[in-house]
Amino acid sequence: MNQHLIILPILLPMVGALALLLMGKASFATHRRISVSLTAALVAVSLLLLSHAASGELTFYSLGNWQAPFGIVLMLDRLSALMLMLTAVLALGCILFASAGDDTKGSNFHGLFQLQLVGLNGAFLTGDLFNLFVFFEILLLASYALLMHGGGKARVGAGLHYVILNVAGSALFLIALGVLYGATGTLNMADMARRVATMSGDQAALVTAGALMLVVVFSLKAALLPLYFWLPRTYSAAPAPVAALFAIMTKVGLYAILRVQTMIFVDSPAAGGITAWLWWSGLATIVLAAVGVLAARDMRPLIAYLVLVSVGTLLAGAALGTTAATTALLYYLPHTTLICGALFLIAEMIGQQRGKAGTRLVRARRLHQRHLLGGLFLVAAVAVAGLPPLAGALGKLLLMQAAEGSERLWLWPLLLLAGLCALIAMSRAGSVFFWASYKGEVTAGKISRPQLIGVLWLLASAPLLVIFGGPVSAYTQATAEQLANPQEPIRQLLGDDPTQQIVLIQDTGESP
Amino acid sequence: MEALFSLVVGVLSASGLYLLLRGRTFPVIVGLALLGYAVNLFLFSMGGLNTHAAAVIGESISPTDPLPQALVLTAIVIGFAMTAFVVILAIRARSELGSDHVDGQQGEEGDVGR
Repeated sequence: MNQHLIILPILLPMVGALALLLMGKASFATHRRISVSLTAALVAVSLLLLSHAASGELTFYSLGNWQAPFGIVLMLDRLSALMLMLTAVLALGCILFASAGDDTKGSNFHGLFQLQLVGLNGAFLTGDLFNLFVFFEILLLASYALLMHGGGKARVGAGLHYVILNVAGSALFLIALGVLYGATGTLNMADMARRVATMSGDQAALVTAGALMLVVVFSLKAALLPLYFWLPRTYSAAPAPVAALFAIMTKVGLYAILRVQTMIFVDSPAAGGITAWLWWSGLATIVLAAVGVLAARDMRPLIAYLVLVSVGTLLAGAALGTTAATTALLYYLPHTTLICGALFLIAEMIGQQRGKAGTRLVRARRLHQRHLLGGLFLVAAVAVAGLPPLAGALGKLLLMQAAEGSERLWLWPLLLLAGLCALIAMSRAGSVFFWASYKGEVTAGKISRPQLIGVLWLLASAPLLVIFGGPVSAYTQATAEQLANPQEPIRQLLGDDPTQQIVLIQDTGESP
Repeated sequence: MEALFSLVVGVLSASGLYLLLRGRTFPVIVGLALLGYAVNLFLFSMGGLNTHAAAVIGESISPTDPLPQALVLTAIVIGFAMTAFVVILAIRARSELGSDHVDGQQGEEGDVGR
């Protein structure tokens, strides 16, 4: 593998975004062609990186050849390769769907979309906490603009909340970084992990405070209770392809939590606090999201609450902390992300054919292509509710097997009941959409081909993840084992001898 | 100096937080800006405060940590961009929703921050 391949997932969309933004006058067809081919290239690059990471080898890339811990490094392990792949696959589905006409409703859709991919890929690759903040800001700024794409009252209102919350969250992120830097004197994740392990007294207390603040920030991004209230409104207001892409955004928070939890704070006093917070808020998120799923009167908030169910499930799984639990949650993660993305797109297609009623769960005119849409909806509903034979069932089963003792007592009923709630809500929505319709003429046009291809591309993940269940779960198990051994990246990046590092200036505390 | 510095950061973040919880967009934006200043000052101090040290190695016997200055520069740039974006968004929301309330409607009890 070429050693520079690892930076390509950041450079490719960045150059693409610049090109797309600069050639604003070119026709939409050109924009679409460039954007789709860039995203397809991203899938290919991610596949190469995934196959490279599957060998278990860790790859580091020092930007500007500044050596860690002083320079910024990119780090590719199995987890980041998996997340890159997932982003690329989801993005390709969304961009195909958007190419059917959603991108013409505002300006610069494709450029912003590529910028969002820069932020996502960068956040998954970086090995430096401050750099993580910068990539978070890139992806957030792009997401603010994408959310507002097309304009309208609902989007501006939801966008205002979303932006203010995230700006406040960024402030908290910086405070956490400042505290951690003050206590450890480094921002490189591996270096920080090494220093945190040997900390005691006041420094350890500071590290705990910083760690918990970081987890609060990441929980805000992941939409964990009590920080999830922005999500249903934002996601249901966003344009469909953007909402589908946002399905990965909550997983960025989850990824960051997994990363700091397994790498930096694994031995620190903060670990217990993080686990307890994740466990109970994860479970409470499942409960409240399941209630939201049942209460939703519109398809879009319903899907947004389903995203929340998956967030709660994944974070409760992260709190279990065992290798088996991490294996299970990493298997469940791609499935739920792609299916929730596909559901947003299917809801949009249904809404397009129902005239004024849109995606509201009310009696409306007959759908033009109800057999095709019904089939797609059925597959997505079965997958998202976690019924066999699709991958959701397998993921939940793995997760339930991973729980032990009293954890089982909490996780099993909540997970199964949430699945039941999803099933009830989806059957109700399906019967309203496809059966409770007025007789008469259908007026809406047919679904365009790119839309259908985009949805099928995402939906294909559900059967594929079952058919290739063996290799995929073997990969996620290897990932979990790699995460359980954080000493390896630290040793590979910084060498065996901790004394060879220059100690940063410590004696600056006194003021004259 | 530490006492004064921490007092300033504390007052800034407390006022920022208070304004952030108001009901109208303008105080919220001012709150975000104040919080941003507090965070930047805090970042500036995270390597330790030192009055007689340059951040250039070789210019003084005990140089101060240069990294916080680099970080604070990045944070300021990002913070400005975000504040500018929120201001424009608030103006847009005012014109689209017909109200400068954060929720987009004139609440009976939510009528605060006047």
